Amino acid sequence: MGKFCYFPQTEEDIRVMLKRIGVASLDDLYSDVPADFMYKGEYDLPSAMSEQQVREYFEGLASRNPKLKCFVGQGAYDHYVPSVIPYITSRSEFLTAYTPYQCEISQGTLRYIFEWQSMICALTGLDVANASMYDGPTAAAEAMRMCVASTRKRNSVIVAASLLPIVLDNIRTYAKYAGINVVVSESIAEDVAEGVLDLAGVIVPSINRYGVVENHDGLAELVHSMGALLVEYCDPSALAVLKTPAEWGADIAVGDSQSLGIPMCYGGPYVGFMACTQALMRKLPGRIVGQSTDASGKRCFVLTLQAREQHIRREKATSNICSNESLMALWCTVYLSLMGPEGMRKVNALSYENAHYLYSELLKTGKFEEVFPDQTFLKEFVLQPLCDVEKLQKALLDAGYFAALQTEEGWVTFCATEKHSREEIDALVNIVKEI
Amino acid sequence: MKYYDRLVFELSKPGRIGFSLPEGGADLSAELPANIARQSALGLPEVSEVDVVRHYTNLSQMNFGVDTGFYPLGSCTMKYNPKINEEVVPQFNGIHPLQPACTTEGVNEVYEKMDAALAAITGMKHFTFLPCAGAHGELTGLMLIREYHMSRGDLARTKIIVPDSAHGTNPASAAVCGLEIVVVKSKENGLVDVEDLKPLLGPDIAGIMMTNPNTLGLFEHDIKEIAELVHECGGLLYYDGANMNPLMGVVRPGDMGFDVMHLNLHKTFSTPHGGGGPGSGPVGVADKLVPFLQTPRVSGFHGNFGVILRAYAYILMLGKENVKMAGRLATLGANYIKESLKDCYKLPIPTVCKHEFVFDGLLNDNGVTTLDVAKRLLDYGFHAPTIYFPLLFHQAIMIEPTETESLETLDAFIEVMRKIAAEAAEDPEMLHSAPHNTPIGRPDETTAARQPKLKFA
Repeated sequence: MGKFCYFPQTEEDIRVMLKRIGVASLDDLYSDVPADFMYKGEYDLPSAMSEQQVREYFEGLASRNPKLKCFVGQGAYDHYVPSVIPYITSRSEFLTAYTPYQCEISQGTLRYIFEWQSMICALTGLDVANASMYDGPTAAAEAMRMCVASTRKRNSVIVAASLLPIVLDNIRTYAKYAGINVVVSESIAEDVAEGVLDLAGVIVPSINRYGVVENHDGLAELVHSMGALLVEYCDPSALAVLKTPAEWGADIAVGDSQSLGIPMCYGGPYVGFMACTQALMRKLPGRIVGQSTDASGKRCFVLTLQAREQHIRREKATSNICSNESLMALWCTVYLSLMGPEGMRKVNALSYENAHYLYSELLKTGKFEEVFPDQTFLKEFVLQPLCDVEKLQKALLDAGYFAALQTEEGWVTFCATEKHSREEIDALVNIVKEI
Repeated sequence: MKYYDRLVFELSKPGRIGFSLPEGGADLSAELPANIARQSALGLPEVSEVDVVRHYTNLSQMNFGVDTGFYPLGSCTMKYNPKINEEVVPQFNGIHPLQPACTTEGVNEVYEKMDAALAAITGMKHFTFLPCAGAHGELTGLMLIREYHMSRGDLARTKIIVPDSAHGTNPASAAVCGLEIVVVKSKENGLVDVEDLKPLLGPDIAGIMMTNPNTLGLFEHDIKEIAELVHECGGLLYYDGANMNPLMGVVRPGDMGFDVMHLNLHKTFSTPHGGGGPGSGPVGVADKLVPFLQTPRVSGFHGNFGVILRAYAYILMLGKENVKMAGRLATLGANYIKESLKDCYKLPIPTVCKHEFVFDGLLNDNGVTTLDVAKRLLDYGFHAPTIYFPLLFHQAIMIEPTETESLETLDAFIEVMRKIAAEAAEDPEMLHSAPHNTPIGRPDETTAARQPKLKFA
């Protein structure tokens, strides 16, 4: 056996251990495995690299992804990541811990989850939040299941067609196998009022796939009058300035917290959030942290309400979720601590300013028309292109810009955040002009 | 570890800021129509940057990780998390998930090479990387099984067989996937009872979920017969990869007849668990299921790419030369602990184990429970094993050392476990109230659940 830096056993150690066990060889420890299952070939894997080779290999890989200035959102947003965050989240006491089952030596994890829950409640205005979900789209699917589980003998959900495509995909997938009836609706209020007999819930976006801030005035009352629950899918960053799910009267809020300072990283890891009213607390999926005291009266934090979870309830659990995205919840908790109410408002103000400047400058080029001229948007919008979209996209890419992603309708989407400078935006617009 | 009793909210002072952003910005109170603008104040803390850094550093010091010490948590495979894995990630941070493939060649190669590597290690044909955790992989795998049956018009297969020793996520995932759970019993020797299985098989069976080695750390050596029986009845075999570590480099699930499986990259492939994620649960399938692999859309974009990158770095370090030792050394460590402690702790099934094994409490318990033993271990600087699981034994202590622990570490753990056995005989009261040297003592969990306080107010 060759030496390897992750295996601390010496040849002598192995001999000592085998002797204690009373077997002659390592393969004797597999005497219960039928001989023909023991893999005898060589594994079709690369040869072991030195650490330096691994480092250089990944540097080479990274260099093959050209560095682009990102002007697309659609569920992943290029917000600024404060330098503090990775220093905190890479502390190995956080990074290399397991789920906080032994609370006496996990108060660090338990406290930041409690803070995360508190901050998600602050953003959404709702009463209770869980320790996190995988991402926004799966959180939406779980919210759909929660609606069905929380209403009696109801199995239909109306979802807005204006939800992000990735969110609709996940909802449809989870619904298909669970046998939940999903109605994708272009006009929510009408379809709800029409009266789907076994309506369990309605899922609408706070900001839709076109970047438009939706107005849900009166929707909660209507949905509740049908005996169903209202779920709002939100960008938590934008909730700092937009009417909250609680203010709209929603029962459940879900979304992706990537916009709270998590790098885009080709789509993950991100972290989903889920919050709900007090009445639905015991229907929440996943882990929840609560405050308590120890035997000597010291304040402490524990995993609580575990009778909802898979390790206790097995098939009767509210969900199968076990590992979630704890470290990414820490990422967002540190972000929100740094930003505070003022920073969150400023991020939105800067993004709004940049996006609206980009919007008006693009219109001035004469290469686009407005699609939703009377609607409010924050950082993301769509335009009707009057030019060849492929040409447009190629010219932008060649100049180092990822922008003008095409929608199903043939429109193009743009997104700007506080990260973008006037110069970057002007340069982008100049490329568009020259097409 | 020292006790630190602050929440970040309690450090707040109006007027303090911890951010640094450019000047400017729109006047949103004028721009946003009142009927869509936030009405309530935003209750976030107002703290400076140094407040944030010290607060979270203090919190981290009340935490125990693999880098702190030995973490023999059964079924969780808490192996060492190499640092080069962490280092490779940030250079991919700026890539948007919807960028065209021509701008992500380096990323594409990671997925291709990982697919090939995991296929080589498991004997599966291809993998999907969408699932973000083990249970998420289970759910995806079951969706694929259903997709396969539905594509053949075989709509009656709505039941899934799950052994009574299975991880809790197995039946929970099956329920989320709309399947009815049928439990197959274990025999006295801890293995699936083939005679109990036979009458369960029929045209309504979608498949069986197996963990092999199972949660007792025992290899299901009847797997060949089980695979034949399940396949004969038209069902498929799902492999729960949570316990793949002892088989890595030794046995391939595909060769045992499994059709679908997941891997926990945060277990077998050394990525850090992060206090409960992010994980990654790629799902591999045999040939006949490849056409369905991309059908279930179970996460937003491409799965947890950052975790997949880390696992790939690990595989490159491991290489074909070292992969054959990973499982074997993990199994060696588990058997060494088992043999070294079986005169103090009740070993219900005395055969050779794989990466983990289960004691059923102390041999002479003197009223000392498994919980007491676990809590006392914390005093001695070890993380506790998994306790009260599997449910087959009332005082279960499930120990998994992994291959990254030295003989000295295992010996130190063994010595402490023996010391605790001696303490149980001499001073059981002291064990009932353990731990004594941790930042907090045992919590009042009953009040926490009856009068839940779930946020700062």
